[in-house]
Amino acid sequence: MKIVIPAETKNKDIPVCPSFGRTPYFALYDTENGKYEFLDNTATASQGGAGIKAAQLLVDNEAKVLITYRCGENAADVLNAAKIKILKAQDGTVQENIAKYNEGKLAGLTEIHPGFHNHGGNQS
Amino acid sequence: MKIAVLSGKGGTGKTFVSVNLACAAESAAQSNLNSVYVDCDVEEPNGNLFLKPTNIKKSGVNVTVPVVDNTKCTGCRKCSDFCKYNALAYVKDRLLIFNEVCHSCGGCIIFCPQKALKERQREIGVIEEGISGKTTVFSGNLNTGEVSGVPIIKELLPKLPDNGSVIIDCPPGSACTVMESIRQVDYCLLVAEPTLFGVHNLSMVYELFKLLKKPFGVVLNKCLADEENPSEQFCKENRITIIEKIPYDKEIGRLNSQGLVAVRENGTYKELFERILDKLVKESLQ
Ligand code: SF4
Ligand code: SF4
Repeated sequence: MKIVIPAETKNKDIPVCPSFGRTPYFALYDTENGKYEFLDNTATASQGGAGIKAAQLLVDNEAKVLITYRCGENAADVLNAAKIKILKAQDGTVQENIAKYNEGKLAGLTEIHPGFHNHGGNQS
Repeated sequence: MKIAVLSGKGGTGKTFVSVNLACAAESAAQSNLNSVYVDCDVEEPNGNLFLKPTNIKKSGVNVTVPVVDNTKCTGCRKCSDFCKYNALAYVKDRLLIFNEVCHSCGGCIIFCPQKALKERQREIGVIEEGISGKTTVFSGNLNTGEVSGVPIIKELLPKLPDNGSVIIDCPPGSACTVMESIRQVDYCLLVAEPTLFGVHNLSMVYELFKLLKKPFGVVLNKCLADEENPSEQFCKENRITIIEKIPYDKEIGRLNSQGLVAVRENGTYKELFERILDKLVKESLQ
């Protein structure tokens, strides 16, 4: 089974990236063989809907679990449709979060934030 | 003459200035010229709270979005690859369409080799037209949850008359809705507060106007007689025209909190705003 975590660099020993849709990479951990793979997040340069595109990338890579700090509504819709579980990341590295997952210590992500789009703009 | 009233952020008194300018134009409206107020602050249109228009006619604003016929869709993803806004995702043999993100470009519908996508109209807000005294009042309302008010503003602007005085109450900030609102105006009027925060906002919007090459000036709102005014200094340093300083007093606060239009209640404010309007006419002719 595959678990994904947003990652700032291609390294399992760095903290989880706070962004989901615009994270540079996703760490893809395979529970079958304990190996890490890193996916380029093609959504970072998107004009909008980055979360949707990033979620599509996870679906296409057959992820079953996502560990993240944040996730937007639209992305959550895509992930839910694909039955990908969304868990809340804890402070620590990518690898430490995988360890916490294995111990069953991660809870579901409850705050799904509404779309954050760079236009329409009430800046107050 | 079309005048856009803007501010860097909400709360500077943009709606107060717009509404009162529109009503100050009513005396000129006696000579068969129009006095028009347009609320383009579609996420939070507040002008009606003061103008209380009657005889309201409403019309819906629609955008075109795709709908999918799942029996025809083969999952080739030509549509989602094409969509720059990522409004389409393909999950578990189904195409998901995110209407709020869709920009209605129509591309996916053309690209689908199976002709599985069709157009559908979706309402994102309404336009209201009413009358308040001698002023015609237009107001755009974006439904909550919708992302872009641009289609509403695009539908509002062609309804405006070319003659008379048209005051456009713009959205705050410098987003696409603002760009759309000021496209055809003769003059831009910026409302600034006399605070450091006000200066910050002012400088942001000022940068935008320099690029757009639209004639513009500033009204300094909420001015206290003997207090320093950083916004005023900023204008002087950058040679920005100061159209007028609007004093801050209890009377304005009272009228505002009761939802009354200062110009209609009080002779001093009537003169003040008529003077501003006069200056704007002269400035925009320059
Ligand atoms: S109409 Fe354009 S923006 Fe909307 S989903 Fe289709 S391709 Fe994307
Ligand atoms: S292009 Fe047409 S057939 Fe292909 S995935 Fe999109 S809707 Fe389906």
